[in-house]
Amino acid sequence: MSASIETKPAAAQGSARMLVAAGIWVLLLLVPLWLPALGGYTDLATRALIYAIAASGLNLVLGYTGGLSFGHAAYFGLGAYGAGLCLIYIAPSLPLAILAGTVLGGIAGILVGPMAMKRKGIYFAMITIAFGQMFYFIAVRWNALTGGEDGLTGFSRVPLHLGGHAIHMGPVRFYYLVLALFAVVMLVLWQILRSPLGHSFVAVRENTTRLRFLGVAVDKQIWVAFAISTFITALAGALNALLTGFASPDNLGWQLSGSFVVICVLGGMRSYWGPFLGAIIFIVAQDYLSSVTQNWMSFIGLIFVLAVLFFPQGLLGFIKGRARS
Amino acid sequence: MYSAFNGLIVGIFYALMALGLSLILGLNGVINFAHGTFMALGGYLAFTIEPYVGFWGSLILAPFGAVVLGLLVERILIRPLYGRDPLFSLLLTFGLAMIMEDLIRTIWGSVGQPFALPNYLNTPLSASLFFLTGYRLVLIAITILVTGALFAVLRYTRIGIRIRAGNADLETISAMGVNIFFLRAANFGIGIFLAGLAGILAAGQLGLSPSIGSSLIMPSFVAIIVGGVGSLIGSVLGGLIIGIASGITAAFFPVAQEVVIYVIMAVVLVLRPRGLLGQEGLFE
Amino acid sequence: MVFKNTASLNRRGLLKAGAAASASSLILPEVSWAQSESPVKIGNIDPRTGTYAALGENQIRGATMAVDEINKKGGILGRPVQLLVEDSQGLPGPAVSKAQKMVSQDKVDFLMGSVNSAVSASLAQFSSQHNLLYIDTGGHADPITGKNCTWNTFRTCSTTWLETAADFDLLYQKFGKKWFFITPDYAFGHSLHDDYVAQLTKAGGVSLGNALAPLGTTDFSSYLIQARAAKPDVLICLQAGDDLVNVLKQAVQFGMNTQMTIAGAQQELEVLEALPPAARLGWWTFEWYWNQPGVPHLEEFVAAHKAKYNGKVPTARTWFGYASAHAIALAANQAKSLDALKVVRALEGLVLPPEVALQPGKCYYRAEDHQMIANMFPGNVPNGATYPNLFNVAQTVPSGTIAKSPAEAGCKLVYPS
Repeated sequence: MSASIETKPAAAQGSARMLVAAGIWVLLLLVPLWLPALGGYTDLATRALIYAIAASGLNLVLGYTGGLSFGHAAYFGLGAYGAGLCLIYIAPSLPLAILAGTVLGGIAGILVGPMAMKRKGIYFAMITIAFGQMFYFIAVRWNALTGGEDGLTGFSRVPLHLGGHAIHMGPVRFYYLVLALFAVVMLVLWQILRSPLGHSFVAVRENTTRLRFLGVAVDKQIWVAFAISTFITALAGALNALLTGFASPDNLGWQLSGSFVVICVLGGMRSYWGPFLGAIIFIVAQDYLSSVTQNWMSFIGLIFVLAVLFFPQGLLGFIKGRARS
Repeated sequence: MYSAFNGLIVGIFYALMALGLSLILGLNGVINFAHGTFMALGGYLAFTIEPYVGFWGSLILAPFGAVVLGLLVERILIRPLYGRDPLFSLLLTFGLAMIMEDLIRTIWGSVGQPFALPNYLNTPLSASLFFLTGYRLVLIAITILVTGALFAVLRYTRIGIRIRAGNADLETISAMGVNIFFLRAANFGIGIFLAGLAGILAAGQLGLSPSIGSSLIMPSFVAIIVGGVGSLIGSVLGGLIIGIASGITAAFFPVAQEVVIYVIMAVVLVLRPRGLLGQEGLFE
Repeated sequence: MVFKNTASLNRRGLLKAGAAASASSLILPEVSWAQSESPVKIGNIDPRTGTYAALGENQIRGATMAVDEINKKGGILGRPVQLLVEDSQGLPGPAVSKAQKMVSQDKVDFLMGSVNSAVSASLAQFSSQHNLLYIDTGGHADPITGKNCTWNTFRTCSTTWLETAADFDLLYQKFGKKWFFITPDYAFGHSLHDDYVAQLTKAGGVSLGNALAPLGTTDFSSYLIQARAAKPDVLICLQAGDDLVNVLKQAVQFGMNTQMTIAGAQQELEVLEALPPAARLGWWTFEWYWNQPGVPHLEEFVAAHKAKYNGKVPTARTWFGYASAHAIALAANQAKSLDALKVVRALEGLVLPPEVALQPGKCYYRAEDHQMIANMFPGNVPNGATYPNLFNVAQTVPSGTIAKSPAEAGCKLVYPS
């Protein structure tokens, strides 16, 4: 394990790293200019960013504390329903909807945390999956509130009111809103990972037993990481509801949870940019494959299998490994 | 009473699935997400060979078809992952489930298939006990038989004793010269056999469609958690408990018939985190 | 098998690079028209995976056959027609993502498709935000051409109201007035149930009970037990798809078909095909049937379908796709424009010619609410039925005689100025 290198994302690598990061941000800022020329469309980039937010949130648990959460779609979905319900029943306000979704999903995460924390490893994975399914069935069955199987419809992106101006949220403007929030999330994650708290997360992953001997409340550490991570994933869910104009039960399903995990693995779980890279690959591949072949499920499944067998360190881990040798 | 019995029937499927999952989880250390599609595969194979070998023939032969594929999968895909983070086998079987469901759809079509039962099984035994069809009795009998046989194998045969020993401490029995690769493969095969069997039994009761397994796999996970990881009897018990609970809830408060399964799980986790019959500290 | 009709989905650059790994196995089919004319694009969003895949596939087949015929007859405004097919998985989320893609990347001129109401509602909402004509091929919920109707959405399949009204009289007069319902617990099921009960009460009958079964229920025995205890004349099962297969299979195992008449609203050939012979029974309504003696052009259509698709007969879903794609071409040619509003105006009141209607009487999109008014086909499944003779049409009911008026349905169209 070369954990010590990645645990300090900023320290060692220096200016080359800064340059890459700057390049990524410039490319992201200019997406509406170059993506259509390549045959893409803005909403595709928005979706990739939303998945990148969700997976980055998940990766705090998965990659840094090593907790195998396989039920994060639940918080994504709760974020979506929270945003939608807020727009329908409370107030037609974009910031409020995003906040409502984020808080709803995050609170659910805080509540589930202590129950899931009692077990580790595979057991933890199964419990997180099962709790995810619980929220799924609540959404499906609570017809009156959630629209049941049909999903929650009847809301749309309302204009953003800033200083008396109503800004209409077309695809491009919404992309920039999502990009801004993505930047905030990445910044927050950066700060957390550099802080003593972030170091303790990695310590949990690397040697739980030793930490226990040292008197660290390991469960509490994982709980904190889990809670933060669900807030971030729920934010992504809220944004997704605003992107598509509704929330539906499949936003909470375990298939989506699996996709989030594979996004992290694909890009590189031990890397700060890994989930972002994984999300781009996954979303573009899914978008393309499901258009050209009816058997797209096989190809997506194949991505899972190949990623596990040949790129367990993820694409970024692979590249870094090559660069080092 | 009716509802409890119905729940019991559903619980039997959960229990059969959970038993196979639990075996594989124990010795192979793999959460087999593809268990539901192996189950569907069993049903489809039975449907395909039924015209030639009859219902009983297909009931015996089709699970072995699923086992053959299961062994190939174990050898080629899962074996390289032993000893690595469980995340990877989880993701692998997750992807495998997608591929298999897609293949089943491509081969047999997305239209459900009519899997017919012999007429004598398809009728109620008596007018007053109409919910007791011959098929349901057969279902219960087969499940008891197979579960009993499995426990007998685990208790009295050499391979069974080794599987149980491996469950407790794989490294030690490996050091003692037992071929653990063979042992794991055999264990995986038994697990898949149970899935295939459950698939055929389910196809007689439900519609046979490519996604038949997906509604059964999640409750089976819960059955394992409730029963306790590491305890095979616990898995069976867990399956029956949530099946019956769900059946009773369906009669009185149908909206909650799925959620109740997860509520039970949450209660068990709070009161007795290792599950009803689980051992402390396994797989952590 | 794989993608007969996703012709010429040429993507460039980034997207190609993204899928380069698997590109070798994705063979792109040839396009038959002269490449010089830029095609008119119809975006067809239907489920090809998931629960509704079988129904979606038949709608796609119908649309494909229609587009082939349209191209043989000179296309739309002298330009070839291209049908782009995307998989919705039967879920609103993926459906809207696909619609976003079709609008921004493929620049489709028209949108059609959907098997289930949830997807139809989301596509109707999406296309009205994008000023696009959308034909809902197969989502039945009343509001789509009722209180949520929009100027740009049309519907080819019938409404939930029509599905119940079509066979109500038949069932009531033939089998008795005490009914019991097993209803799938979501919007579509509830509205079917309410429609039946309204007619039943009005006629003087009585509902003995309603068991709500969640969608995706695999074990129906507890509901069947309730139904049996109530001793009704008629047991109405309102499930669809796999759920209907399960409830019928288990009802037969309980021998309930010998004690009461099992019936329901909508029934589909795809569902009957998936049932074991012993469970093929009951009284239902078809929305279109391949065997209607004496209807012009029908035999040729069925023969062409059989030749193209392994001897399978077309189903109601096939016809939905077929009629919808033809209607778009007819309206655009009549309007001499691809402009959404102009084509919408041409579609309003458009009467399908006999070779498209493939059923008796006048089939047209009602101008006031954009609902297709055609026929309903109540009847029963004969004993020992085998594919493809799975249904026996008792009567052909013109939808116009039983449909709610646009005002009753609650539709008020508002056009863009």
